Amino acid sequence: MNSVLQNAFGDGSIKIQQTVTSWRESFEVAGAGLVDSKRTVAAYTQEMIQAFEELGPYMVIAPGIALAHGRPSESVLETGLSLVTLSTPIEFGNQANDPVSLVIGLAAKDHDSHIDLMAALSELLMDEEKVTLLQNATKEAEVRSYLR
Amino acid sequence: MGIGTSVLLKMNAEKVLEAMGVKAEVVAADITKAKRDGIGADIILTTPELVVLLEGMPGKIIPIDHVFDLTEIRQKLTAALL
Repeated sequence: MNSVLQNAFGDGSIKIQQTVTSWRESFEVAGAGLVDSKRTVAAYTQEMIQAFEELGPYMVIAPGIALAHGRPSESVLETGLSLVTLSTPIEFGNQANDPVSLVIGLAAKDHDSHIDLMAALSELLMDEEKVTLLQNATKEAEVRSYLR
Repeated sequence: MGIGTSVLLKMNAEKVLEAMGVKAEVVAADITKAKRDGIGADIILTTPELVVLLEGMPGKIIPIDHVFDLTEIRQKLTAALL
């Protein structure tokens, strides 16, 4: 079992088949997942949105996948992840990888302590079959089963 | 930021370089850090949207579309190292 990933997604961090109309709304849901699982306070959601506004859609790191995050800050209580799937994919303005249907929220306490977590996340998202299963999952338990 | 995309890209670049038998030091950086500490870098891997912010850096700038695509990273690094 991949305990690093299991621990990173706390209770309330997984929001599936959400209906949103913009990247901003999808970031709000990803931010809420981090707040609900007690990894961040609400201000971090705004920090993620601001980061996207500043640097643009580079956060769409692979086809259909966005990694929403801000900088390590006082708004981060504990390093963690959230996961949002979108019922209708959304254009983020990334030529190569739009539209997005899976948003991963990332909060890091500092620059170094989440490296093992990023390795585990990378391994998960590199598996295209698993990503498709995640995007299509209709139950949280199903998502959880792919995080093992 | 230096905590998200750049960390994933660094990990995958290291994997590719190891498979290619190339010894390299790979550092993850946000734009500010890259502009300050990346002056001496031979190669700068980034995402296409950030290329414009790195223009003028002495290193070769390589945009990667898909940070999990080891084939893309390998092809682009191979071309850059020739």
